[in-house]
Amino acid sequence: MQKINKILIGVAFSPNLRANIFEAARLANMFDAELVGVHVGTKSNQKESDLKALLSDADALHKPFKIIWKEGNPVEVILETCTQESIDLLILGALQKENLLKYYVGSIARKITRKAPCSVLLLIKPSVIRVACKHIVVNGLKDERTEETIKTAFVLSEHLKCNKITIVEEVSQGELQVKVSDDKTLRKATIAKERLRTRENQRVKNILGDISNKDITVKTQPIFGKRGYSIGHYAKVKRADLLIMNAPNKLGFFDRIFPHDIEYILSELPTDVLIVK
Amino acid sequence: MPKKNTFKTFISDIPQNLFSGFVVSLIALPLGLGLALASGAPPISGIIAAIIGGTVVAIIGGSNVTITGPGNGLVVVILAAITTLGAGDMHQGFLYTLAAIVISGIVMIILGFLRMGSLGDFFPASAIQGMLAAIGIGIFAKQIHVMFGNLNAKGSIIELLIQIPEGIINLIKTDNSSMFYAGLVGIGSLLIMIFYGKIRNRYFQLIPAPMWIVVLSVGMYYYFDLVSDTAYPIDKSLLIALPDDILSNFAFPDFSIAYQGNFINAVIAITLIASIESLLSIKAVDKLDPLKRRSNVNKDIRALGLATVISGFLGGLNVVTVIARSSVNVNNKGTNRSANFFHAAFLVAFILLFASELRKIPLPALAAILVFTGYKLASPDNIKKVFSIGSEQLIIFLVTLLTTIATSLITGIIVGILITFVIHVIINKDILLFIKNVLKPNVLMFKEDDKYYVSVKNFSSFLNYTKLKSKLDQIPETEEAIIDFSLCDFVDHSVMENMSNYVESFARKGGDFEVIGLDDSKSGSEHPFALRKILPKQIIPKEGVLTKRQKSIQSISENMHWKYNAFSAQEMEELPTFGYFKTRKIDKVSNVLSNEDCTIFDVQFSEGEMIAKQVIKATMLHIHTLKPVPNFTLDREGIFEYILEFAGYKDIDINNHPDFSKRFYLAGENEEKIRAFFTDDLILFFESNKQFHIEASVNGLLIIGNERLASVKEIKALAYFGMGLQKTI
Repeated sequence: MQKINKILIGVAFSPNLRANIFEAARLANMFDAELVGVHVGTKSNQKESDLKALLSDADALHKPFKIIWKEGNPVEVILETCTQESIDLLILGALQKENLLKYYVGSIARKITRKAPCSVLLLIKPSVIRVACKHIVVNGLKDERTEETIKTAFVLSEHLKCNKITIVEEVSQGELQVKVSDDKTLRKATIAKERLRTRENQRVKNILGDISNKDITVKTQPIFGKRGYSIGHYAKVKRADLLIMNAPNKLGFFDRIFPHDIEYILSELPTDVLIVK
Repeated sequence: MPKKNTFKTFISDIPQNLFSGFVVSLIALPLGLGLALASGAPPISGIIAAIIGGTVVAIIGGSNVTITGPGNGLVVVILAAITTLGAGDMHQGFLYTLAAIVISGIVMIILGFLRMGSLGDFFPASAIQGMLAAIGIGIFAKQIHVMFGNLNAKGSIIELLIQIPEGIINLIKTDNSSMFYAGLVGIGSLLIMIFYGKIRNRYFQLIPAPMWIVVLSVGMYYYFDLVSDTAYPIDKSLLIALPDDILSNFAFPDFSIAYQGNFINAVIAITLIASIESLLSIKAVDKLDPLKRRSNVNKDIRALGLATVISGFLGGLNVVTVIARSSVNVNNKGTNRSANFFHAAFLVAFILLFASELRKIPLPALAAILVFTGYKLASPDNIKKVFSIGSEQLIIFLVTLLTTIATSLITGIIVGILITFVIHVIINKDILLFIKNVLKPNVLMFKEDDKYYVSVKNFSSFLNYTKLKSKLDQIPETEEAIIDFSLCDFVDHSVMENMSNYVESFARKGGDFEVIGLDDSKSGSEHPFALRKILPKQIIPKEGVLTKRQKSIQSISENMHWKYNAFSAQEMEELPTFGYFKTRKIDKVSNVLSNEDCTIFDVQFSEGEMIAKQVIKATMLHIHTLKPVPNFTLDREGIFEYILEFAGYKDIDINNHPDFSKRFYLAGENEEKIRAFFTDDLILFFESNKQFHIEASVNGLLIIGNERLASVKEIKALAYFGMGLQKTI
């Protein structure tokens, strides 16, 4: 993705709309991008004037705002719009569990995320006032998309004025090939882990070689654990402000029954999540 | 870690393992016979299990200082299997049960290969406690009647318990002299079991309590046979029955009903109890291992399974790891698996050499040993301990206990698991928390700044403890680990108990294990299960009213211008460096008297684990020497040391002081330094004063009088001795 030219936001007239619009406008200005809104439903004067009022309250947009009114199935409409308007980034709001500090992605947003042709930003707490982004966690999986994702993270952090990036390499337990059962195997496993850790760090270093990162503190953190899940857990523990991940390769029927990778994140959002495509 | 020459250490450790294997075999012999009898099996089957177990597990096992043989927990299961499968015919039932034992051995091997050895981790701690207590009550109820000389008591566990008063009256009133004398032997044996731990005489303690019972009761037979005119009053039916030709009379398992439901039930029950008992024992023994090794549980389970298969085919009971015998092994300085092998070898020798003597052991004497074991499993102290953790734990404990007694072991443990889960749901008022998250990988571990950080999410209870455990087991115990539960809504008692075990084992090996995130008030008030109660390593009681002894100690301290403190944290840290405390766990140091260099204190410590646990309180003197002292131990010379010498220790004789060398036993690694340390003045001082057991380490000298609390007068004497010694050095 790297460069963002067009941002799409779903406009549902819910209590969250105000914060969503504010956040989207801010992002559009930061990236110097065009903001597009889509409303699934009938067009009415009331709605139009409400939206106008909101936009005038928010930061003045550098580029003109465009609103699309369309009726139909929300998932299909939004996905269609993404392709038609050649959107780079789609912003979706997450839902909060009642009385709990846990966030999840609603069923509609989840379907959109799975099928979106562009990058998706899931916001857990859009706010009217800007909250600075201080720490970005990005995945460093051994995957062909990873390089692109990491590069995007650096571009983003430049725009968001964030100066700390942690690249998390998730190494699955199976790669260790040693099972700990007594002192001897423990020693073996510890050595094997150290080796994997160095290998992973080296791989990420190769990616980082092409990227200029003067003002940004970069840290690499290998984690032995379930893919997709441990990075979310890590982001939460470290109180990261944004988690950036690869888009999933393909999601079939079994992936939903036996959740992995991105599905873990969708069912329990640790923080704002950007899925890069 | 430098690689040691393992073979060389193995060879040089053989003498002490031989000795400790010998002591263990002294217990294993009566216990093996007794456990087999209590299970309703021929007495020899228990010995077969111990011999096969000792040999096989010593060769291919994965633990280090454990002893294997027939287990307490299985008594109830095997007895139930023999009675139900045999449908009245005990012998046929035994043959069917042997088949069940063989199959359970095969299941254990498979479990070991599937790395499912840690079956016990899936059960809530309080439910297991309740089940063990039920087993204890089962053994107690049945054996107390045998102890009173009555072999015919029948009925369920509850009925048997109700019959106890009647049994006592019967014993007193009986005109059957055989039964009366047998009952007396039984009660006498029980008294030996009870008071054995209280007598801290090392010559007496050289022979374990069960062996005393055997020796005394066999001795009694010979007294009647050779010395007294009257005939031996106990009838042959109340004596132990061994086959005439021990080597040829093996029972062979009968597999003909292997497809039946109650047979499969028996296999499940035997496997379940065998793996739980072994796992608990292996874990507990690892805590005692002086060399702080970690056992390979799955390898051990495989070895136990194989041993069980062989033992079953030869007519023996199944083989499990047993805590009491393993504790004795550690206390007698067993260091590797050869001790287990030697214990088996000595058993073979005993059974071949002393078969006719063994036939003289009255059954009530063996029953007394089991009554005591049963009582220890179900002792009121355990109930108190469970209650102190929380009243909901007591509910789990009691429900499991009562269900197990009233129905069967399998039903009992299943009900225990269910009630635990229901209580967890009620406490959280949220069932979705468990259902939604139980399968999620809720543990994150990463290494940062050379520290291991583990974060646990959602909830952590017996349901998903293995996920946490598998991560924690990957941390070397010499490292620093931080476990953060702050993202957890609920942590249950089983997990908390395991965490405190980790804290202990990390502390033992020089690492650090810290649990955080539980003290925020929310988790504290909403979830009383967040049992921080178990975590503190030492429970320091609140300072209350001083006892008379404490007051008089206080007054001596004023007379001598020493300081008196109720507790000491410093000693708690320094004491474990002494060799004496290598296999003993310090609970508390109190009543501390000190001047600048000498400290006299009461220390409470424990030997053994679980049912073999003995709590000992003793007064000791600790001198902080100014100059470095070489490591040594100094003792009175006596029979005890000769035996230790045989077990690989060497007495260092000081030249020119034949009298000192004769009276004292001095041992240590660095002979040269020790010789240099023992100057003429020091030797003169030792010669002219009362003799104590003295140990030296980097932290100074530890002087132990008797292994008990000292009286006020003795404390004074100890203080003067200490001051004198300090001056001489």
